[in-house]
Amino acid sequence: MTNVIHTESLTKTYVSGTNEVHALRGVDLTIGRGELVAIMGTSGSGKSTLMNLLGCLDSPTAGSYELDGVRVDGLGKNELAAIRNQKLGFVFQGFNLLPRTTALENVELPLLYDRSGKKVDPRALATAALQRVGLAERLDHQPSELSGGQQQRVAIARALVTSPALVLADEPTGNLDTRTTIEVMALFQELNEEGVTIVIVTHEPEVAAYAKRVVEMRDGRIVRDEPVRNRRDAARDLETADERSAA
Amino acid sequence: MKTTILVRIATQSILKNKMRAALTMLGIIIGVAAVIVMVAVGFGARSRIRAQINNLGTNMIVITPGAAQAAGVSQGAQAFPNLSLDDVQKIRDEAQVVTAVTPVIVSRAQVIGEAGNWRTMINGVDTDYQVIRDWQTSSGAFFAPEDVTSMRKVAVLGKTVADQLFPGTDPVGQEVQIRNVPFDVVGVLAPKGQTASGSDSDDVVLIPHTTMKAVLSGRSFLPQILASTASEGDVPAAQDEIRVLLRESRRLGENDPDDFTVRNQNDLAEAAEGSTKVMTLLLAAIASISLLVGGIGIMNIMLVSVTERTREIGIRLAIGARGSDVLTQFLVESIVMGVLGGLIGLALGIIGSKLLGHFTGWETVISPVLMLVAVMFSGAVGVFFGYYPARKAAALHPIEALRYE
Repeated sequence: MTNVIHTESLTKTYVSGTNEVHALRGVDLTIGRGELVAIMGTSGSGKSTLMNLLGCLDSPTAGSYELDGVRVDGLGKNELAAIRNQKLGFVFQGFNLLPRTTALENVELPLLYDRSGKKVDPRALATAALQRVGLAERLDHQPSELSGGQQQRVAIARALVTSPALVLADEPTGNLDTRTTIEVMALFQELNEEGVTIVIVTHEPEVAAYAKRVVEMRDGRIVRDEPVRNRRDAARDLETADERSAA
Repeated sequence: MKTTILVRIATQSILKNKMRAALTMLGIIIGVAAVIVMVAVGFGARSRIRAQINNLGTNMIVITPGAAQAAGVSQGAQAFPNLSLDDVQKIRDEAQVVTAVTPVIVSRAQVIGEAGNWRTMINGVDTDYQVIRDWQTSSGAFFAPEDVTSMRKVAVLGKTVADQLFPGTDPVGQEVQIRNVPFDVVGVLAPKGQTASGSDSDDVVLIPHTTMKAVLSGRSFLPQILASTASEGDVPAAQDEIRVLLRESRRLGENDPDDFTVRNQNDLAEAAEGSTKVMTLLLAAIASISLLVGGIGIMNIMLVSVTERTREIGIRLAIGARGSDVLTQFLVESIVMGVLGGLIGLALGIIGSKLLGHFTGWETVISPVLMLVAVMFSGAVGVFFGYYPARKAAALHPIEALRYE
C-alpha cells in the first residue's frame, strides 16, 4: 500500500438545468508516497474539479477514488470531513487564514476538529509545525502583520500540523511575487525531501518545473503524465538570485 | 469538539468584533434591564401592601354586615345594619378558637386639644382591640375593661392626632374634647404608618365603644366586628365557627345565604395584590417586547455575520469541521451573546432599580428567581434567534464557501 492516491475512471458531471457539463471524463491517476506532483492545465481543463475531488471537498459522479488505502467515493459528508481532517492538508491561493487570529491559533485549527483523540497537545504540535516552516519567531503575529510569503508559510504549517498523507496545494503561488514563489517552492521541495507527499495544482510552467512529475489536464482528461526533465532546485535558484542582486 | 473549545472559539469571535457584539447585545441588555426594573417595582409594591396588611394583625378576622338579599336583589356588603353587641357577646362566650373580639363603631368628629383642633376618625372599641391589632402604646396605656363597663370618657390617641393636638408635649393626662365632650387622654399609640389603601392608620382616636354609643352616636348597630385567634393556623377554623354562630343567632335556614361577611387578612391581601399583579404583568409584558426585539437584533447580526464569514466557514469545513461543528459554533456564539447581554442587563437592572428606589422612595424587590429566569431567557433568545443563521452556515458547501468573495 504505497499509493497515496489511486483513481479509476473518475468522472464528474455537473448538471445545470438541462445542460450537462462534463468536468471530468474518466481520470485514472495514481500517486505514490513521497511524490511531488504538479497538476497543470488551463482554466476549464478540469484541474480544479480534480483538485476538489482529490481533496474530498466534492464527490465524484462515477469512478473510484482510494486515498491512502481508503475508498473515499460514496462516503457521507461527515466521513469526508473526518478524512479531510485526518489525511489531507490544504494550501490555498488566497492563503485562507482566519483574520484577527494569531499564526499559532490558525495552525491549531485543524487539531480542534480532530476526533481521533490522538493529538493531545495542539499547542506543541502547532508550534513545531510553525518552526518547521521557519516561522518560530512569528507565533503571535496575526495574518495582517505578516507578508504574503509568511502567510503562505502559516498556511503550509496548518496543512502539515495533522501529519496528513497528502498536502494539496491549489495555486499556492498565485498571489506571490517571483522571489516569494521560489521561496515557497523551496519549502515544498524541502518538505518533500522529508517524505511529505505533495500535489500542486498550477497553471504556471515555472512552478511545475520544481515538481518531480507533471500531470496535464485538458477537457476533463489527462493528456500528459510524465516525470519532469531538467527539474529545478528552488534552493539553488534562490542562491543565484541573491548573487545576481548582490552583483 | 469539546464544549470548552467551542465556547472559547465563540468568545474569541465576539471579542474580535467588540463594537458589533456590543450593539447586538444592546437590545438584550435593555430588555433584561427593563424587565428587572419593572418587576422589581411591581414586587416592591406587592410586598409593601403585604407588609401593611400584616400590620393590621395577621390573625385578624373582619366581620361586616351585608350581602343581604332583598327579594333576590343583592344589597352588597354593609347594606343591612345587622351586627349588634349581642353578636359580639355570643362570639366571646361561645367561640372556642377565637381569643379576642371587639366591636368597632366608627364616626368622624372634630377633636379639640391644647394646640388646636383636628378632624379625625373616632373608633369605639373594646380592650381586645389592642390585642387584635397588635398595637402597642408609645406613652401611657390602653384603656382598661373597667373603663369600658363604666363608660368612662377616656381616649387613646393615634400618633398623628397626638402630634397635631399636642405638638412636642406628652398628651397623656391631658384633656381633649370630642364633639365638645371632654375626654381624658390615657395613652398614645405607637405609629403604624400607611394602610393598604394609602390612608394614615395613625390618624385615629380610640375610645370605649360603650362611651361612644352613649355619648357620641347612640346607634345600636355595628359596622364592623374584629376578632382574632391565638395563631394564624386557627384563622379558618375561627371563621367557620363565627359563621355558624352568627347564622344561629339570625336563625338562617339551611338554604339562606349569609347576611354578613367573614374575611381574614389573606382575603384582603389577595384582593389588594390582585391589582398590582395585573400591573406587574403588564409592565413585564411591555419589557418582554424589548427582549423580543433584542432577539431579532441577534438574528440580524448573526445572519450578516454568516455571510461575512462565509470564507471562514469554508476554511473550517475544508480542514475537517463537520456541518454540526459549524452549527454549534454559531449557536454557541449567539447563546454567549444572549447570556452575556442578559448578565449585563441584569447588573444594569439591579443598579437601575436601586437608583429608582433611592430617588422615588418606592420599595423595589429583586427576586433571585427572576434574575435566574431573565438570564436563562436571554440564553434561550440566543438559541431561538441564533438557530436559523447557524443552520444557514452549516449548510454551506465547502467549495462554494471557499470561493466566496
